[in-house]
Formats: sequence, C-alpha cells, structure tokens
Amino acid sequence: MTTSALSQRKLAPWLFLAPGILFFLFYVIFPIFESMQISLYAWDGLGDKTYVGFDNYVELVDDEAFYTSLKNNVIWLVLYMLAIPAGLFIALFLNQTVTGIRLYKSLFFFPFVISQVVVGLVFSWFYDPSFGLLNVGLKSLGLDPIAVLADERFVTYGIIAAGLWPQTAYCMILYLTGLNAVDPEQIEAGRLDNARGWKMLWYVVLPQLKPATFIAIVVTVIGALRSFDLVSIMTDGGPWGSSRVLAFYMYEQAFSEYGFRMGYGAAIAVVLFLIMLVYISGFLFKMYKDEQER
Amino acid sequence: MTRCLLRSAVAALSSAVIAASAFAGELVINTDTSDPAPKAAFEQLIMDFEAENPDITVTWNIFDHEGYKTSIRNFLTADAPDIANWYAGNRMLPYVNAGLFEPVDDVWEENGLNESLMSSAASMTIDGKKWGVPYTYYQWGVYYRQDIFEDLGIAVPTNWDEFKAACATLAENGIAPITIGTKYLWTAAGVFDYINLRTNGYDFHMALTRGEIPWTDDRVRATMDNWKELVEAGYFIENHAAYSWQEALAPMVQGNAAMYVMGNFAVAPLREAGLTDDQLGFFQFPEITPGIPVAEDAPTDTIHIPSNASNKEDAKRFLAFLARADVQTKINATLGQLPLNSASEVSDDKFLQAGFAMLSAADGGIAQFFDRDAPAEMAKAGMEGFQEFMVKPERLDTILERLEKARGRIYK
Repeated sequence: MTTSALSQRKLAPWLFLAPGILFFLFYVIFPIFESMQISLYAWDGLGDKTYVGFDNYVELVDDEAFYTSLKNNVIWLVLYMLAIPAGLFIALFLNQTVTGIRLYKSLFFFPFVISQVVVGLVFSWFYDPSFGLLNVGLKSLGLDPIAVLADERFVTYGIIAAGLWPQTAYCMILYLTGLNAVDPEQIEAGRLDNARGWKMLWYVVLPQLKPATFIAIVVTVIGALRSFDLVSIMTDGGPWGSSRVLAFYMYEQAFSEYGFRMGYGAAIAVVLFLIMLVYISGFLFKMYKDEQER
Repeated sequence: MTRCLLRSAVAALSSAVIAASAFAGELVINTDTSDPAPKAAFEQLIMDFEAENPDITVTWNIFDHEGYKTSIRNFLTADAPDIANWYAGNRMLPYVNAGLFEPVDDVWEENGLNESLMSSAASMTIDGKKWGVPYTYYQWGVYYRQDIFEDLGIAVPTNWDEFKAACATLAENGIAPITIGTKYLWTAAGVFDYINLRTNGYDFHMALTRGEIPWTDDRVRATMDNWKELVEAGYFIENHAAYSWQEALAPMVQGNAAMYVMGNFAVAPLREAGLTDDQLGFFQFPEITPGIPVAEDAPTDTIHIPSNASNKEDAKRFLAFLARADVQTKINATLGQLPLNSASEVSDDKFLQAGFAMLSAADGGIAQFFDRDAPAEMAKAGMEGFQEFMVKPERLDTILERLEKARGRIYK
C-alpha cells in the first residue's frame, strides 16, 4: 500500500467528520464552557462584566425560587415517566386489525403532531376557572371549581398533565413500531406453554420491546427536562413563581423582561447541565455496554 | 486574533453600508407600536414628517411588543437604527449606563422643550442630561361601570371609607367589586402603586422604589394593611392569578364586576366589547391618608437616538418634530392618549379629558409605574410578592422579608 493511500484511509474519516465536529464544538462544547465562565461574573449583557467569583452560586444556594424550580424538575421527571406505560397500553390496544385502524392510530398520534404552544393553550382553556371544560364538569357534579393554573398546589401537576398528552402519543408510536417487530413464533410458543394476559405481556412481549422502551425513556427524560414551553405558555412560571422549572428560571433570569442577569442565569444553566450530566453519563454507559455485548 | 479580524471586517462592512445610507438621507426608525392604534398613529406621523422633510426617506421597522424588549438590546449594540422608542424613568437606565443612548440636551434647548415639555423633564433626565423626547402618556385610575353604580345608588367614592363602602354594597349585590388579572403580575403593581401613593405619598413611594427604605418598614406595612382590607373582604375577583389583564375585562363587560384599577389603554378594548360611554366611567383613586399631596401614575413613552445611530442629524430633526405641539396633538388623538407638550390640545374624549384634568392637578408628583420606577429585578420580585399577597394575604411577613432580602442584594 502506498503512503498516500494509507494517509487517505486515515484522513478520510476525519474529513467527513470535520463539519459535524466543528459545529458540535462551536454550538455545544464551546457554549458549555462559556456558560461556566459567565457564571462567575455579574453581567447585564450590555455593560462591562464584573468578576464575582462564586457569588452567583452562593446566592443560588440561598434562593427559594431555585429550590422551587429544582423540586418541580424532580416532579416533572417522575410523573412524566407515566407516558411510557400509558403509551404502551394504548399501543397494545391499537395493535389489532380492525377496519379503519390506521385512522384511529393517526388520531391517537395527533397530539404529538401539534405544537406544544397549541397544547398549552388548549389546556389553559380546559382549566379555565370560569368556562373551562374541567370546571364545567366539576360544576355539573356539584363540586366547586378549581383554578388549576392559579393554585400553587395543583399548577405543576396541571402542566405535567398537559405535557403527558403529546408525550403519551410519542411513546405509543414508538411501541407500535416495536410491536411490529415482535416475533409471532415466540408468541405462539408462549401460547402453547399456557402463558396469557399479564404473564404473556411481562415475560414474552416486553423483553422483545426493550429497544423501544429504552428510546421511550430517553425521549421522555429529555421531554421532562426541556419542559420550558408549556410552563411559559400556560402560567409564565406563576402563580408567584410556583410552577417554574430550572430551564424556565434560567430563561427568566437571563433573557426575560425583568431579567438580564446573565451571570446568575448561567449559574442556573451550569447546575442544570450537571444534573443532565448524571443522566447523560448513565445513558452513554448503557450504550457502551450494549456495544460491548454485540 | 481571528475574532478581532472578524470584528474589523464587520465594522468595515457596516461602515460602508452606513456611508451609503447616510448619503441618501435615510432615517431608520424601530418601534414596538404593533397594536392597531399605535401603528396607525406612527404611520401618520412618519408620512407627515416625510411630507415636511422631502430630503429624508424614512425606513420604519415595526416589532412585536414583547419581542421588542429583547430585540432592543441586540439592535442598540449591533445594528442600531437612528430612532428607537422606549420608556422614561428607570426603564431607560440600563441603556443610558451602557452608553447606548445619545444625550439630546441640544434638541431640548434649540426647540424650547425645557418649557414646553417641562412637566416630563425630570423623568427624561439621568446624570443631569436628557436622553430622549417624550411623546405620549396616559393616566391610571379606577375605570368603573357607571350604570351599575347608578342602579345601586353608589356615589363615586372620594375617600377610603367610601371606597370600601362602595365595595361592600357591590359585593352584597353579588357583583365582584374589583376585577383584575394578575397572571402577568404587573396589574397588581398598579394597585400597590396607588395604595402606597395614597397612604404614604409620592416622596415615600419614590424612595421605596429607589431602594432607600426597607420593605419591612412600618409605613410599607400600613400600605399592605390597607390593601389587606380589600383582599380579605374578597373584593377582588376570584382566581385572578389565572387571568391576563385582557381576560379580566370580561367580567366587567358582562356586568359581573364593577371596577378595574387600570391604565387608559383599557378603554379601547372595553368600548370594542360593547360598553358605551354611559356605562363606562372613570374616577381618581380615592384618598386614603387625608391631606397628603395627590400623586398619580402616568407612564410616559419616549423616543431616543441610539449612540451607534448613523444619521443623528436627521434623527434630531425627527425628535424636534415629534416634540412639537401640533404633532403631539395629532398623534395622541390617534393613540387615544395624552400629549406632553403644554401647548398641545387634548382630544375631547371624556376619559382623556378626565385624565388630563386629574394629572394637571396632581401636586404630589407623577410616578411612572412600579416596574419603571424600580429597577427591573426589584420590580419582578415585588410584583411576584404582590400577586402572592393578593391570594395568600396571611403570608405578608414572609413576603416582605423576602423583598427586603432582595433589596439588600439589588441596590448595592
């Protein structure tokens, strides 16, 4: 082999990777470090930066609003997982051959297709204390109306319920494709061994759906962590900041009308990044292990 | 190094563009006047300006109202227009401090604005310099359903006891006395401004928003106690934290609520919703502490020249034009607001006439608004506290302590 052919072989992959690597460096890696750097400054985005060391983090530790956001993020992460079993059961329910099943499937998938902003608006009206469907229903049962989005006790759950609607549809479509790949022979074998119902689902079907479940968990965690849009549309973080999540709080501090504390916003972003890092390293570790097994 | 190169390349490029545009006598104006009335008003204004100054061509960029608050920061630094609109008071402080607005004292002197715009000179002055020209303002106060008041035999309240009595009568008749939508927080600040201005007066209010007085001060407590009387009696509509200010108009239109502490911009949507001038009325927020000089909230909108503007000469001509009495008369007739030039005429709309009379008699002073008088961060913390207080008045102590902590941090 000539030297040029050898160097071509070595070089080519890097050349092909170069655009991707460059963009990744500039739009992902570099901003991460820049955020970390900005978080050590007090800066309004216009004037001069003043170095304040870890003051932003010290303030963060003593900030009620930060803990509210953190708590809400945890609630989001836990409850958003409901989308996975819900999606699975809808998928199992729709996985049959009836006339028009394609139509039903697409109708069930519909909430995922429409924009999150629209979902937020629809649910805001659903929860509206005077004319919302929820409260019209409660009234007809003789119950007092609940202003879900104006009550600090319910507001986060109300927004999560809105988020679950499209997320369930997403998980459903993942499982529907997964179910297509389930081996009919194994089902048959299970039938012969008298497995049915829950046992069939748990021991025969679910193990074959493992890749779908894995993806469903990944997209659901990501969905929960970037729950910014629904919070912004439905409550704007309110009432009195009780429905904030970290991503929203960061936006509020750094970019909203009354914010422009870039340093403090960056400090929140760094904390959010560290939380995500735990999850991302778990995810990478799992990928690595799967690769090894192959 | 590469960055420097890039920057100088961009600078060279933009100066080339600037040279070309300056040559053509082009004036670039950025505004957030995207609502129908302000848009029509500016359209007319620019046409009139061009007619009078045929050598100048105006390029006008309209921004959406909310988006403008973020865009202005970008375009002031990177791609500055020759004119941008903004707000008076503390709201312009960050841009003045960052050197992004141009002082325009010469425009004020040459055109005699120190006399004709005297009433608003203070709100345009920072560090002894004037930073723009005000062109419109509007009053705040209580908008109410005149017909409901008449039906129930309620007279327009002029002091706190009468006001509470009016609320009580309305509540007895199954009508929510005061409507409000606090989802976006600032509406609650209007109520706070007024109760504080009436309880403690203008000087105290301004000192508080400047951060010179602790939030745990007894006088702040006195204000909050007055507010608490209304909250605990249930005089505000239920679930107000779920509504925007526009959504809170609905109960008033339907006759389920009778009063709204608001700015004059609420009149247009109320009229559009079908309320006639016989049904809708306006009165000054009633007196609380007898004898203190009367102060009002009247936010002022302004135009400025960015420091990075390329055509400052023509921009100054535009400022002088907009400061003129006849121009302010015309633009405010379309806006449905009040002119600042003392020689301008106020349109004969009943709300504007009432507002003008009220503001002219305000001997205590004119406040801008809580979120324009207080720095942004304090405004945000404060308004969030007010919203929480209006739903959970029992948390008053916690809220005031939180605000005091914020004050210690913000006004360093």
